[in-house]
This record gives sequence, C-alpha cells and structure tokens, in this order.
Amino acid sequence: MNKRIFEIPEEDILCKGHMACIGCGVPLAMKFMLKGLGRKTILVVPASCNSVIDGTYPFSASGVPLVHVPIAAAAAIASGIRAGLDMIGDIETTVAAWAGDGGTYDIGFQALSGASERNENIIYVCYDNEAYMNTGIHRSSASPFLAWTTTTPLSSPKNVPKKNIDFIMAEHKIPYIATASIAFPDDFIKKFATAKNIRGMRFIHILIPCQAGWKTNPSKTVKIARLAVQTGIFPLFEIKSGKITLNYNEKDVPVEEYFKLQGRFSHLKKKDIINIQRDVDRNWKRIIKLTKVV
Amino acid sequence: MAISVKEKRINDQQSLLLEGTYAVAYAVKLCRVKVITVYPITPSSAIAERLAEMVGDEELDAKYIKVESEHSAMASLIGASHVGVRTFTATSSHGLAYMHETLHWASGARLPIVMSNTNRSLGSPWSILAEQTDSLSQRDTGWIQFYCESNQEIFDTIIQSYRIAERVYIPAMINMDAFFSTHVLENIVIPSQEMVDSYLPEFKPKIKIDLNKPSAFGGVAPGDSYFEFKYKMEEDMLKAVDVAVKADNEFEEIFGRKYGIINCYLCEDAETILIMTGTAAGTGRVVIDNMRKKGKKVGLMKIRLFRPFPSRAIIDVLKNKIKIAVIDRNISRGVGGIFAQEIRAAFHNTKYHPPIFGFVAGLGGKDITPEQIENVLNYTIESDYPDREAYWLDIDV
Repeated sequence: MNKRIFEIPEEDILCKGHMACIGCGVPLAMKFMLKGLGRKTILVVPASCNSVIDGTYPFSASGVPLVHVPIAAAAAIASGIRAGLDMIGDIETTVAAWAGDGGTYDIGFQALSGASERNENIIYVCYDNEAYMNTGIHRSSASPFLAWTTTTPLSSPKNVPKKNIDFIMAEHKIPYIATASIAFPDDFIKKFATAKNIRGMRFIHILIPCQAGWKTNPSKTVKIARLAVQTGIFPLFEIKSGKITLNYNEKDVPVEEYFKLQGRFSHLKKKDIINIQRDVDRNWKRIIKLTKVV
Repeated sequence: MAISVKEKRINDQQSLLLEGTYAVAYAVKLCRVKVITVYPITPSSAIAERLAEMVGDEELDAKYIKVESEHSAMASLIGASHVGVRTFTATSSHGLAYMHETLHWASGARLPIVMSNTNRSLGSPWSILAEQTDSLSQRDTGWIQFYCESNQEIFDTIIQSYRIAERVYIPAMINMDAFFSTHVLENIVIPSQEMVDSYLPEFKPKIKIDLNKPSAFGGVAPGDSYFEFKYKMEEDMLKAVDVAVKADNEFEEIFGRKYGIINCYLCEDAETILIMTGTAAGTGRVVIDNMRKKGKKVGLMKIRLFRPFPSRAIIDVLKNKIKIAVIDRNISRGVGGIFAQEIRAAFHNTKYHPPIFGFVAGLGGKDITPEQIENVLNYTIESDYPDREAYWLDIDV
C-alpha cells in the first residue's frame, strides 16, 4: 500500500445516530467518502440500505444535503442536480450518487450507462453488499457465484458469476474508475479526494460486507473486507483515462480464508473452492496483464 | 416540420404559423426554462428537436440533457428542480407510461415541473395516433392536467402552467392530441419576452437544496408525517382550481386571451349538453351550430382542466340540464370513458341526477366525425336513460 501522501481531515461530516445495523460497513464507507469529498457535496441515494440508514423524517445523519430517489433513478437525478447547479453558477459542489449493487448492476444500470455515455460531471458510487440486503437478502447480479441468498436458497445457490461492473464501466471510456475497501481507509479517502478533482463521470465501487446477509460475525466486517482484497476477490485498482493501476499488489491469501468466515458460503464443497480459486487467479493475472498495457 | 411561412409584427407581438410541437418549444423558451430533458417519441419529437436547436443556437440559456429513457427524463428534472430551477420535458404515450413511478415522485416531492404530453394510443397493438388513455392513466399521480384544443391554447397553457405549478408546488402536464395538434399548422400569436416575464417572474422556491442547511429530501416519513404530507398536498391540489382560474384571468389582463378551466358553448338555454375535450371539441361546436339551426336545444362543454377536477364549475353549468352526453377518446376498461365516469362521480353527492350518456370514440386516432357527433346527440335526446356505461361509436350507436 502507498504511504500516506495527503492529510485525512479530522472532521467527521457523517453524524452519530444513523440507523445502520450493528457491524454494518456502510456508515464507515459513508464517513470515509465524506472525508474525501468534504462539505460541498450533494448526495443522491436511491432505494437501498442507506434510505434507512440516513434516518427517518425529520432526521438525517449525512451532514450534507441528501436527496432520496427511486431505485432506478440515481444517475439521472444526479445528472439533473448537476445541470441545475451549473445553471445557477455553482460549478464547485460535488454531486455524488450513492447506490447499492441492485440499484447499480440491475435496475439502475440503464440510467448509469446513459449518464456515463454522456460523461455527466458526477461521481457515482456503488456500495456493493452483493444482494438486495434492504429488501431481505435477495439475489442481485452482483451476488457471487454459489452464494446463498433468500432467492437463491441452498437447494439452488446462484449458478452464474457476478457481473464485472468495473470493466463494463471502463468500456464507457469515463475518466475515472476505482475500487475501494473500508479496510484500506487511506486508499479509500485518497480515491474520493482524487475523484473530486476530476471533471466528468467518475465511478467508484466499494465492496461492503453485510453481517446480516453474509451471515458473518458483526465484529469481523472490516476483517472480511480486508480478506476480499488480500485474496484477490476484490482487487483494489484505479482506471484513469483508460490506464489501470493496482493499488494493493499482493494476493497472498487463499480464497478459503475469506469464505470460511461467511455463512452464505458454508455449503461450498472442496471442489467449489478449487474452482473459484482458479477463477480468482485467472482474473488476477488478467488485471496484472492489463496494468502492463501502455 | 413547421416552418415560419408568415411572420408579421403586431405591436410587440409576433404571429407565426406553427405546428403544436413548435408552439410548445416557443412557449418553453419564453418561460426561460433552465433544464430540459427529452427522450424522443412520436409525435412529440419535434419539441425535442426545436428545443435542441434553440439551446444549440444559444437562443435559450438552458442545459439540455439528452437522456437515455423517459424514466431518466423525469428523474433528471426531479434532480434539477430540487436545486430550484425551472424545468421542462415533453413525452407521449409509452414514454409517459414509462415515467409513471417518477411522476408520483415529482408530485410527492412538490416539484413544479411542467411537461407536455401528446395524447397517443398505447400498445398493444401499436398505434401512434390520438387517444387520451395515456395521460388519463396517470390521473392519480398528483399532477395538474390540462387538455388543449388549439395550438394557441397549448402555447398559452404552457405559460399559465408554470405560474400555477409554482404557486401550489404541484407539477403540471399539458396534453394535446397526437397529430391533430402536434402536426397541424396554426397561426399563433407569440408574445414578447417582456410580456411573459411580467406574467412569469423568476422561479424562487421556498425550499431547495441548501449546502448551508444540509437536509434530506424525501426520506422515510413515519406514518403520521406521511399522512400529513399527503393531506397538505391534497389541500394544495384542490386549491389549484382557484389558482388556475386566477392565472387564466391574470393571463387575459396581459395577453388578452382566456380559456376558462371549462369552456361552454351555447350552454345557457341548452337542454342537452355534449361534453368533449381536445381538438374534437372544435368539431363538436360545428355540430352544435348545425343542430341549433334544426331547432335542437344543444350546447357544448369543453373540459380543459382535468386535475384537479373542477366539479363545482361543471355542476353549476350542468345541474338543471335534462341530459348529458360525454364523448371520450379514452377508455378505462370495465367502466367506459373516463371523463364520463368523472362527471357521474361529480354528480353523485348532489341533488341533481341528469342521465349521463357515455360514448367511446376515436380510439387509436379514429376520426370523430360531425355525423358521429350528431348521432350521439340524437341518441341522447331520443333515449330516456342510458342502458350501459358506454356506447362505442360506429358499433353500438
């Protein structure tokens, strides 16, 4: 990991009193994001866990203006806020959509793809907990291969792999794409601070363990997030103007270490883990290869 | 496409020969709209085209987001309106249906967005021709709805709608007939920018996104507050009837034109009233004239404001009439034409109960001819009571 090259603000913009579950990684991610973006930020939150986490009327925990929106609409509404701000002469304020994996990979993808093609001057963040957790742990196209969810029960676990959203976004030729992890706060905050100073469409993907949906110990959220990176299941990288850079170069932990802490994978057989390890190794090699493309 | 073939100045106004779509674009420009989003759909597309030219040529200082769907068209305006700027989009038929969820969101968030909708049939089977079922299916979304007859009325109603919407914080939808309005040239008086500015001052909302006062918009509202929000919204929606009347009167003072939330033609001494909407109302008046010559005591009411439904104004005119006929270019399956049902409902808790004959006509752009309209009136005059919710023209009558 790179050594700290910028100061992380002391101030927490995210307030106490939010309504996240115990051990939820979302408030941590929100806290880090706001440290990177600062107070001149407007958040757009489609239906997702954060619709609840922010608090019920008349309370809001985010510390910056937050617009709740329908699940498919995040990227479009963020585009509209940007256009409105531009028309009143405010070109400074950052507009950031903060959407779950369902609102990004599935139902919100059309709007996201449209906004990306138009290179809207917004940041789109996907906080990915790999299922429709807020509705009750339902499978999304971000759910991993063989994962248990309430709509992929043990009798029929998910039989297709997770969509590769980062590379789909890369094909939209937007100026900035990054993955970030709550277990690597320096890297996380730096990426948001970097994104803030780039104009055009920026996409940041955060993997966030969900103790309720992943069937994990609430005290292990950050550890599991770290293992996702260390196993190479969720590599930390940036794609700036098409050039990919790895931000965490080691892949020194077998995937089994990640799986064994999660109830949603407790049904995996030895051969399943071998197969997944092979896919993860292959994907890692692919990324390494891409980092060498000039 | 509409071309200005005739251009002359009357004082500081201009007269242009415009199709309905272009009339919309000219009105939007004069309203100094700041954010526009459009997804193309026939027969509304020329609005998108003309506005794109206006923004591209810097005739209109606005952001134009060329969205990938109607859902995003309305969603983007929801975003822009939260910042407190004036917004516009145009759609039709399937586009409007695709917006449905965001229509609820826009009104619930109390955003005075203005949208034009060209009334077009919904598939299946495909048809791109006139029918009002698209917008009438959206009647419960909390939008003000106008139905226009002429291109001048469309133009003027766009301007009036911003004034009304921004006073009650409720979005407004201006409906016009596919092709009969959108693709028909009419001479339109285009007022000067100064006239429109004096009628429509800059939009300054009471509440908008404020970085110095960070708050959440549209978050989870627990039971009691949700109920209260909805009550306040209904209060303002009902208030919008009077606001619309006032906006129309004030419009007349500056522009010299007025439409009424309903419009009555020879209704005073009429025994039988025919109710119509949109372009077909014009044909209806011709039939009324012809039947008057034959000594029939008939009149025509055009309903222009549909939401909020101007029940009181309608009942005032209709209460002592012997019979009422309603021609609907729309259908709610299982109950018949929608205007007929609304008028029946308006009468329900009054002491007046004239027979109300419902007629379904012109679906999928089928012509509503003078002969059909005369048949409707004769059938109504000759029958004591309707024996069904709706008669289908050319099939039942």
